[in-house]
Amino acid sequence: MMRHREKLIFEHGSPGRTGASLPPAEVPEAEPADVWPANVRRGTEPRLPEVSEVEVTRHFTRLSQWNFFIDAGLYPLGSCTMKYNPKINERVARLAEFASIHPYRPQAEMQGSLEVMWRLERALCEIGGFERVTLQPAAGAHGELCGLMLIVAYHRDRGRRPSKVLIPDSAHGTNPASVSLNHLKVVTLPTGEDGLLHADTVRAACDDDVAALMLTNPSTLGLFEENVAEIAEIVHARGGLVYMDGANFNALMGKLRPGETGVDVMHFNLHKTFTTPHGGGGPGSGPVGVRQALVPFLPTPTVEREGERFRLEFNRPKSVGRLRSFYGNFGMHVRAYTYIREMGAAGLTRATELAVLNANYLRARLKDTYHLPYDRLCMHEVVLSDKTLKRDTGVQTLDVAKRLMDHGFHPPTIYFPLVVPGALMIEPTETETPETLDEFVAAMRSIADEARRDPERVKSAPHEVGMRRLDEARAARNPKLRWRPQGESEG
Amino acid sequence: MRYLPHTQADVARMLEAIGVGSIEELFSSIPSRLRLTRELDLPPALDEATLLGHLQELGSKNRTHLAFLGAGIHHHPAPASVDMLLSRAEFYTAYTPYQPEISQGTLQAIFEFQTIVAELFGLDVANASMYDGASACAEAVLMARRLTGRGRVVLARGLHPEYREVCAAYLRGAELGEESRAEAPWLPSGSCDLAALDRLLADDIACVVVQSPNFFGVLEDLDAIAKLAHSRGALAVAVVCEPAAMALARAPGEAGFDLAVGEGLGFCGHTSLGGPGVGLLAARAEHVRALPGRLVGETVDADGQRGYVLTLATREQHIRRERATSNICTNQGLMALAFTIHMCMLGRHGLTRLARINLARAEYARRLLGRLPGYALRFDGPMFNELTLRVPGGSASRCVEALGERGVLPGVPLSRFPSLAVDLGDTLLIGITEAHRKADIDRLASALAEYRG
Repeated sequence: MMRHREKLIFEHGSPGRTGASLPPAEVPEAEPADVWPANVRRGTEPRLPEVSEVEVTRHFTRLSQWNFFIDAGLYPLGSCTMKYNPKINERVARLAEFASIHPYRPQAEMQGSLEVMWRLERALCEIGGFERVTLQPAAGAHGELCGLMLIVAYHRDRGRRPSKVLIPDSAHGTNPASVSLNHLKVVTLPTGEDGLLHADTVRAACDDDVAALMLTNPSTLGLFEENVAEIAEIVHARGGLVYMDGANFNALMGKLRPGETGVDVMHFNLHKTFTTPHGGGGPGSGPVGVRQALVPFLPTPTVEREGERFRLEFNRPKSVGRLRSFYGNFGMHVRAYTYIREMGAAGLTRATELAVLNANYLRARLKDTYHLPYDRLCMHEVVLSDKTLKRDTGVQTLDVAKRLMDHGFHPPTIYFPLVVPGALMIEPTETETPETLDEFVAAMRSIADEARRDPERVKSAPHEVGMRRLDEARAARNPKLRWRPQGESEG
Repeated sequence: MRYLPHTQADVARMLEAIGVGSIEELFSSIPSRLRLTRELDLPPALDEATLLGHLQELGSKNRTHLAFLGAGIHHHPAPASVDMLLSRAEFYTAYTPYQPEISQGTLQAIFEFQTIVAELFGLDVANASMYDGASACAEAVLMARRLTGRGRVVLARGLHPEYREVCAAYLRGAELGEESRAEAPWLPSGSCDLAALDRLLADDIACVVVQSPNFFGVLEDLDAIAKLAHSRGALAVAVVCEPAAMALARAPGEAGFDLAVGEGLGFCGHTSLGGPGVGLLAARAEHVRALPGRLVGETVDADGQRGYVLTLATREQHIRRERATSNICTNQGLMALAFTIHMCMLGRHGLTRLARINLARAEYARRLLGRLPGYALRFDGPMFNELTLRVPGGSASRCVEALGERGVLPGVPLSRFPSLAVDLGDTLLIGITEAHRKADIDRLASALAEYRG
């Protein structure tokens, strides 16, 4: 495919050009100088591009051609669940009846949207085993923030102010950061040699000052935390609560309901498990499910059903309040609901089964070529490392990742989880065919082979994607974060 | 199942390669007492045609007649080209550009977004976006607390009530009680009472947060507010829910503000019940390392070719964990792209022209509605895109109900916001943009004229 080196949009165009299509004023013009005092008027107008619609269209089309994307091929980023984004979801979200609703229409005029939210909440409650779910959080990390606020509110309602949150060392970085935002202290727990969190570790760390334990299950090692129920009992016995990071819930649909395994609060990632698009980095959606005891603290508003009518309930005296404007990323809610209705119960369960099958298949076929730190059945993702490859050839995880691009694959998540040095965290998802997985295995083996024959070729990859390795250190040393006209200083 | 490609033969071959006898065996690490032993109780799976019909039926329960709604989202219809470009799978089925060599499209688009946001606000730098305007506002408040080492904040009461609620929730998370916030009242003009603000500015105030145009559409004296804040060692944080105003109205950066946040949803094409939108966050260059969220910077590749990467990641949660500037990870990438494309289509002249049409139409409406018998403008300060109107009979919500029967939704009754209901329960907030033609405004005026309270 022909690709064009593409300038910045600010480097295109010509003074006076525009791509705008605007209506006539139809009413007398109003001069800012006539209707506004000088102190509220702008001095110099913002320097937006001066380009035609054709130039803008061509610019962004050309930019798009520099992206790797799911529809082009396997995108096995571990913990990100890059599964196929169904096209029907996109059509439904764009139905004018949903897309054009302003959030402050009277509730009688948004009954359809409220019903979608109510139905999605019921479905997520059933899938996760929870009493209620709030759809307000805009992403997984926002869900964590919300869930921890609920936990703090729960304790305060009981006259308690515990200050610590226990987090295993395999956790996503968002977990400790969310804890800090709630002014709680992080206590990091080591995972065992088998990669799992052990009851004894939790017991030793658990006291009356523990607000919660945060657990990702399956963990970021792709392993099911099989001690979860016992761990939950230990935490509960000291008055604490259990938060589950649901980033990896794609491994559990129809197999286990977290609400029935001692989990009190969990966020879902609609953009992972429920196929809403990742959009180049969002929008996500991070609904939070809770058990009965935490329902009073859920954010306002909630969606309630009364007979055939749906309404927003703002009067929630114990609520943590509001975490964002309006009601959540509705555009993502309607997509996730569409996916759930496409799949049904059996379909969701099958998706989980095949996600786990695909990951184990890659594990089985790659473990002789790459070091497998935890040699046991995995769930939806498998974590390999560069331990042996690096020892034998000097080629590291980053090099393997870059060389994979030349084979037409997006690299897996690399150097995470931190507990595995040089990690390659691979999550194929259920929507990939075994043939695609075989091609990926062939590419991984070929790279390992090449590392022995011609390590420099791997270390200098990529070679065939139009861009060589980028100098990230330089970007950080002397940050240039925006375009400026020639000659203007960086502010 | 069309998204699940595996045949029975595929499954059998794969199980053999793994060395297990059944899929069930793959789940053996889940203790049996934790396993769900029944099928999930969900409504039946639907084929595409039935599914589309079902969603269309749900959608038909919404109503979409003529409405004058702003209050945080001013809908500026996007040209068809915006959604066409946004629908390219190259953009919407990609993820966060962790691997820059194969993500230059997303990275360069974010770099352009950062530039546009910084230009709009008259500030040096902007990040790759936040969840929405309200959470961006709360994050800016937390950032000001980190930068100043001070704990309390002053919010103007002209700040969007939901933004004030979100700030309250985030500050509660930071272990600060209700005493962490003071609120500066408004004057009869609708603008912030600077004398009251002056009295609230104690030496433990981290920042002053002011929206302009404020929630009532009134433009604030940003220069005076920034000066006041800085004279007490506090930072000045501006909130802009209506980016169109930035073509004509004083930019926060011009007025000396340190931070500016905003909501870009009105330019993204769909209002979609208020989400997803896109939170905007810009700052002076000296504060760049304190910013939350992702940043894209320019660099070169091994051949010296210009390119873009995620940068300054040591501020972020995946590196710094509990010491990060925020827990934010995913931003609102696709909405930031929509905002960027729309702003490029409009361009320098288009945005200014759009703002002038908005100003002219709102000015026309202000004169027309202000003359209606029984009605009165609530605030008389300089305004953009939004006006506040006292209705006869004392109840704005009753007015909305009555006009709804005539197919006109005249605005947002301020009684719906608990923090405004007491003072402004008789007031409608009426939003007007280029999407409202003269005939629409005339229809609004005649519908209001027939309502007597």
